[in-house]
Amino acid sequence: MKNGLEDGMKDPLQGNEFNGMREKLRDALPPLQQPELRRDLWPDMLRRIEQTPVRVPWFDWALLAISGAAAICFPALIPALVYHL
Amino acid sequence: MELLQRFVAGELDAFESLFRQHQRDVYRWIVRIVRDPAMAEDLTVETFWRMHRGRAGFNPEGNFTAWLRRIATNLALDHLRRRRPYVDLPDELAAEQKPDSAVQQQTRLALRKAFAELPPRLRVVAQLGLVENETYPEIAEALGISSGAVKTRMFRAVRLLRKKLQRSGVHP
Repeated sequence: MKNGLEDGMKDPLQGNEFNGMREKLRDALPPLQQPELRRDLWPDMLRRIEQTPVRVPWFDWALLAISGAAAICFPALIPALVYHL
Repeated sequence: MELLQRFVAGELDAFESLFRQHQRDVYRWIVRIVRDPAMAEDLTVETFWRMHRGRAGFNPEGNFTAWLRRIATNLALDHLRRRRPYVDLPDELAAEQKPDSAVQQQTRLALRKAFAELPPRLRVVAQLGLVENETYPEIAEALGISSGAVKTRMFRAVRLLRKKLQRSGVHP
């Protein structure tokens, strides 16, 4: 059993000013009783992985745009580009 | 090769093993903060997804559990910042409550409302420390702050709670 805030470090809530606050809070918001996972989440995880679109970095798009613009403005460069591919 | 090294290298089998080993712990931690089982399931998946995405930056010699818990806590905290002010706890999760007088019930409702209105960064500390009885070092590690900062936030949370309760006519 964990000691929580009762020990280990000096607790700023031990003064008279705060006496009873923890108890009242635990009464108003009861701690969870060993919450258990109701199902295996791995299928959800796989779906999440599959759903994620492949992200193309912005500089790849920029490179593509520059190449396209160069091909339109200077068609004579196309054979040179093809040669270097 | 060690499991963590295989995970960092991008092997799906290794990721699945880690997921199956840790999904329950991550879920339990998140549900304590958000107090909403369905949302905690979604946030658990999101935690592992972020972990999977950020695997290249993880050192296999490092503290995997602490890393995972930090991601989970940050996601839960983001959720608290986004969601509506108060979501009541489903009955099946909460500990049984004792029958009480009208005054006690009024105090309880006022306290719940005051607690829901706390800034999320104070609420998460008060939730884990006061309600769930987690230790300062554990909370500090999960939030990536010092134990001193946890103490300060705890102190401010309680002081704010008291102020809000007094304003609504309840004297804690």
